[in-house]
Amino acid sequence: MDLKQLYQDIILEHGKSPRNFGKCDGYSHKAKGHNPLCGDQIQIYLKMDKEKKVENLSFEGSGCAISIASTSIMTELIKGKSIDSTKNIVRAFLNMIKNTPEIKSKDLDEDQKTKMMSLSGVKQYPMRVKCATLAWHTLTSAMDGKKKEVNTESITQ
Amino acid sequence: MNIKEIKSQFPIFSNKINGKKLIYLDSSNSSQKPAKVLNALDNFYRNEFSNIGRSIHSLAVKATNKFQETRVSVKNFVNASSEEEIIFTKNATESINLVASSFGQDLIKKGDEIIITELEHHSNYVPWHYLRITKGAVIKFAPINEDGDILIDQLKKLISSKTKIIAITHASNVTGTIVPVKEIVEIAHKRNIPVLIDGCQSAPHIKIDVKDLECDFYAMSCHKVYGPTGVGILYAKKKWLEKLPPYIGGGGMISEVKKDKISYAPLPEKYEAGTMPTAEVIAFNESINFMNSVGINNIIKHENELTNYALEKLRKINFVNIIGNPKKKIGVISFTIKGIHPHDISTIVDEEGVAIRAGHHCCQILHEKLGLTATARASFGVYNTKEDIDILCQSIEKCRKVFELK
Repeated sequence: MDLKQLYQDIILEHGKSPRNFGKCDGYSHKAKGHNPLCGDQIQIYLKMDKEKKVENLSFEGSGCAISIASTSIMTELIKGKSIDSTKNIVRAFLNMIKNTPEIKSKDLDEDQKTKMMSLSGVKQYPMRVKCATLAWHTLTSAMDGKKKEVNTESITQ
Repeated sequence: MNIKEIKSQFPIFSNKINGKKLIYLDSSNSSQKPAKVLNALDNFYRNEFSNIGRSIHSLAVKATNKFQETRVSVKNFVNASSEEEIIFTKNATESINLVASSFGQDLIKKGDEIIITELEHHSNYVPWHYLRITKGAVIKFAPINEDGDILIDQLKKLISSKTKIIAITHASNVTGTIVPVKEIVEIAHKRNIPVLIDGCQSAPHIKIDVKDLECDFYAMSCHKVYGPTGVGILYAKKKWLEKLPPYIGGGGMISEVKKDKISYAPLPEKYEAGTMPTAEVIAFNESINFMNSVGINNIIKHENELTNYALEKLRKINFVNIIGNPKKKIGVISFTIKGIHPHDISTIVDEEGVAIRAGHHCCQILHEKLGLTATARASFGVYNTKEDIDILCQSIEKCRKVFELK
């Protein structure tokens, strides 16, 4: 295990200064996510435009560096993407965390893939995987318009 | 007392964690096991295994006798009046569930009140919560102050003619607070209210004397007292065990079974249904032997010194915030660092071989009260040394470096 692999500079930087933090104006979808083991709590706000594109995406909440950085990076990667692309990117992220060493996605450019890869270090830390995936499950829940809070303890990883 | 010698009795400390010496500061969660406990488990399974209390062959007789020997040791360990007052369970959680279920079934009606405190572990809240649902009971929480001490005057005010039981921890697994349980039992008994004490955190660290405390129920987990997992203890006054209905039904807890009626076994078997964790109970006798060989007064002295040393050193690190400052405490220190989440702290110190816990430690009510979602916690056992604390402090410094805190 290598701590530097987990806490890459980009993770620490996003953890300290998260992007797209706060409620975005005129959001159309929102969802809550909770990791009861760590106490991480996030709210995702999503504004969908008429063409079913994610016009804006933001979040509020508190959590560890991994969960905040993961959420922050997610908002950057998803903003401006269509629903289908978003679903593909979420799938690519969860695959990356679970098994695949590389990201296969037509919806991300190389820089974006590198950014996403910065979160792959959690694979070495099974207890921290839920920190990284909370936001992505919560985003799916927001898009699906689900009312129930996402709870990492009731998600089949 | 020679800590080096004591530590050498625990095989796990000869292993490396992440290439480093193991600094185990998670004993509140569960303690490590001395070799004599591991040998007893191995020996029983290898050479002496049999189920107990049923068959009458030689192995069964020997196993049954050894099982009952542990009961006698536990009786002496908590200073109970008789072995009949010692019930083996799965863990302290089950011990409390047993009381909540059996006591609740018979003696809790709609609107009856149960008093617990804001310090409680979920295992001394959730079982009582069930009685809210099944019986319409009301749960009241005795408040604590900022230091983590229970406000006894406030607790007194919560007592009413509807109060049926008070369930309270002996020591907090977050702030380390040693609760003046004897005083609370006195207050409760003046109003004829029984008291259950959750002794999970106290049993490995302070002298337990149920006769002196006069408590009605005392629950503990053996795995926190240098013993195997899968065994818990419930001490209960005989009058309660005789009066209350059994908890789990099955083999071993019955006297006579007919199609139209069932009578139960005498104490303590009435509360011990099914095959028990036999090897674990037998091995737990060696944990008590270990505790006795070190001596509770030596344990108290050593752990007090360690706690004071750790508090002093941690207070000198200006970015560490220690949670609570109770009047009397066991070796449990919860802390936060501004700008670093407890889970990140735990992952970073782990790299140095330091095992601490991070989270809410099964005390969400307490964390909410303190305005926190999570804390990092270092907790001590008899095997810890000042050097362990030094390494903890160095590894906390590393958190600052990784996170580039000023």
